[in-house]
Amino acid sequence: MMSQSTPLTGFLMVAALLFAIGLAGALTRRNAILVLIGIELMLNAANLNLIAFWRYGPHPEALTGMMFAIFSIAVAAAEAAVGLGLVIQIHRHAHTTDLDQMNRMKG
Amino acid sequence: MQETIPFAPQLAASPIAEILWLIPALPIVAAGLAAMLKQAKRGTSATLAIGSMSFSLLLSLIAFGHVVVGWAHGASVREVVNFTWIQAGATNVDLGWVLDPLSAVMLLMVSLVGLLIFIYSVGYMAHDENYTRFFCFLSLFAGAMLGVVISNSLLLLFMCWEIVGLTSYLLIGFWYRRPAASAAAKKAFLTTRVGDVFFLLGMVWLFSQTGTLLFYNGGSGSLEPLALAGLLSQPAALGLTAAGAIGLLIFAGAAGKSGQFPLHVWLPDAMEGPTPVSALIHAATMVAAGVYLIARVYPLMQAGALAGGSTAALTVVTWVGAFTAVFAALIAVAQNDIKRILAYSTVSQLGYMMAGLGMGGVAVGIFHLITHAFFKALLFMGAGSVIHGCHEEQDIRRMGGLKSDMPLTFATYAIGMLALCGFPLLFSGFWSKDGILEAAQHWSVARTPFYMLVFGALLTAFYMTRQVAYVFFGQWRGKKPAHESPGVMTMPLAILAFFAIALGVIGTPAWPWFRAFLDGRAAAFDLHGFAEPGLLALMLTSTVVVLLGLIVGWRIYGDRSPKPEEPDALERAVPPVWAALHNRLYVDEFYGVTVVAFYAWWARVSDWFDRRVWGGVVAGVAVLFGLWAQLNRFLDNNVVDGGFDKGCEELNVGGGLLSRVQTGRVQTYLRILALAVVALAAILIWSSRA
Repeated sequence: MMSQSTPLTGFLMVAALLFAIGLAGALTRRNAILVLIGIELMLNAANLNLIAFWRYGPHPEALTGMMFAIFSIAVAAAEAAVGLGLVIQIHRHAHTTDLDQMNRMKG
Repeated sequence: MQETIPFAPQLAASPIAEILWLIPALPIVAAGLAAMLKQAKRGTSATLAIGSMSFSLLLSLIAFGHVVVGWAHGASVREVVNFTWIQAGATNVDLGWVLDPLSAVMLLMVSLVGLLIFIYSVGYMAHDENYTRFFCFLSLFAGAMLGVVISNSLLLLFMCWEIVGLTSYLLIGFWYRRPAASAAAKKAFLTTRVGDVFFLLGMVWLFSQTGTLLFYNGGSGSLEPLALAGLLSQPAALGLTAAGAIGLLIFAGAAGKSGQFPLHVWLPDAMEGPTPVSALIHAATMVAAGVYLIARVYPLMQAGALAGGSTAALTVVTWVGAFTAVFAALIAVAQNDIKRILAYSTVSQLGYMMAGLGMGGVAVGIFHLITHAFFKALLFMGAGSVIHGCHEEQDIRRMGGLKSDMPLTFATYAIGMLALCGFPLLFSGFWSKDGILEAAQHWSVARTPFYMLVFGALLTAFYMTRQVAYVFFGQWRGKKPAHESPGVMTMPLAILAFFAIALGVIGTPAWPWFRAFLDGRAAAFDLHGFAEPGLLALMLTSTVVVLLGLIVGWRIYGDRSPKPEEPDALERAVPPVWAALHNRLYVDEFYGVTVVAFYAWWARVSDWFDRRVWGGVVAGVAVLFGLWAQLNRFLDNNVVDGGFDKGCEELNVGGGLLSRVQTGRVQTYLRILALAVVALAAILIWSSRA
């Protein structure tokens, strides 16, 4: 089995790495599009975790993790579409995609 | 006494009894419709009133015919239709109507006289701007009066009674711009209210004793033997039984409505209203309602009387009636207003009716009521015609010689006057008055009422002769010449004059049809009726008395035509007596210095009490609350407000601090989120390890 060749920990490590890279990108980048890309990375890390836990879980035949992942991907796609739409509107309105200049919601 | 026919047990009410309620309902509906009309719709309102009244008359005729037919077949009709109005727990308040000889006769009289007066009003009120309103009130009155007549429940009767009182008030004050008219309306309303309070008390007492206000209800009504026996066994104060005491209370109400002494003062003042109103309400129908009420509750008044005896309640009725008859006739002698003479005459005749009821029973009193309704309506409408013809002049000293100017009015007026005087044989008033005198002659309690009533008859003949001599004989003393009234006014006069004569036929001793009908006996034509002991002597006495009155009156006043400023013949002869009579025996003045003065004083005391005592208490309470309010304000300003302001300030500062978190930068929020996730993970790891 594949499980013997690659332990669960390996998948989790990769997922954690992906999440950390995505988080770093989302927190450090000024460009809204790059922030969105960071968020996508974080989502995919979570998907990887879902698949791994399913595959190594007690009921790998039940396809639950796969279903979760597919839903999550669909939601991510929708979210990306909405996010990009917002970014385009903001760009038209403010002529920038720099997040530091968008602080009109300041309390 | 002949055997009376027992009232036939009622199986089911006949169709006419079932729809008896339509008779009062039609004029009331007409009144409602007239109330919604514009004032300019004069013809419509008169048509409505006269039309509805014609239908009521038609139904009354059918009802009367039904009762007569039943009676002719040997069974006195008494059909009742009852229904429950209010149900509260185990207590039922029932209303209903009754068709029996008494109500049938009254229905016929009220609707016939009412209709004639409605027609007469078309002419009399022709120039009045409030014509529509007048017919609205008149219809409402007629409906309520018919309601009084058919009531089988003291409560329903009382309700209609009060509507009648209301319309009387409205119609007396119809020309409300005249101060005298509105004052008279108020006086009438308040005076009758005195009687009505006693009536109400009697009604409540009756209800508490018998549990029902229905008169007849197949054995369980308040006028039927079972309830009466219960009332008789119940002692009240002063040696009266409950039946007697309730009877007296109800009589007080009747005395108010029927202008019996001492509550008669409103009736002469009520002549401020339009003359058709005086004729309809204050001569023919409403004032007769009191007499009718006594006749209706007669079983109650009579309860406990031994054969041929009287009861305390009936004795009081008799004495009050006889006293009123003489008292008012005396005052009528010295009045100069044509309508006021007739008003006092009405009071006097109502006294006769009451005395007749007290001494002779229902038929005697009601027969006089019916004949009086016709000839007094005739006299009032004749007086209205005279006033109309003399350009609104009401003082008989400024009239005279009208017999040639107004021949039709004179002829009918003379018939009415002779009927009122009780001129022998030809006129209805003679037979009905004789019935009362005969009853008085045989009364077991005292003879005095008989002499009082005979004296009253003398006075009646005298004052009517005086009035007719002043108005129709001698020289014309007014300003503008008089003219005869239009046909719409004289035609009802002629019809009424016919009845003033013809009604006597049904009440002679030879053929006492009316009496037999009301008492539920068979009526036979028998000339031996005149042969009863003492009857011919009595008829002779009353004839002599009437002729004496007429002759003395003519000797003093006939064809003299004194100038208006000249003192009256009686005034020259006996000035103090004239002054007393002319001032209505000072009853109004007496009330002025007693009742009115007392109320004025009481009002002043109440006013002082209000201002000083209750006002002081109120002011004290107000000061107390003012102080309390000051304290509250201090607390509010310094404690509550201070605390609140401080709290608000703190919240403001806190909000300011928290708003710093809202930088508006998405990435700051993300950072906080990431930190929170890290913290959460740390806590989870920490707790799982422990």
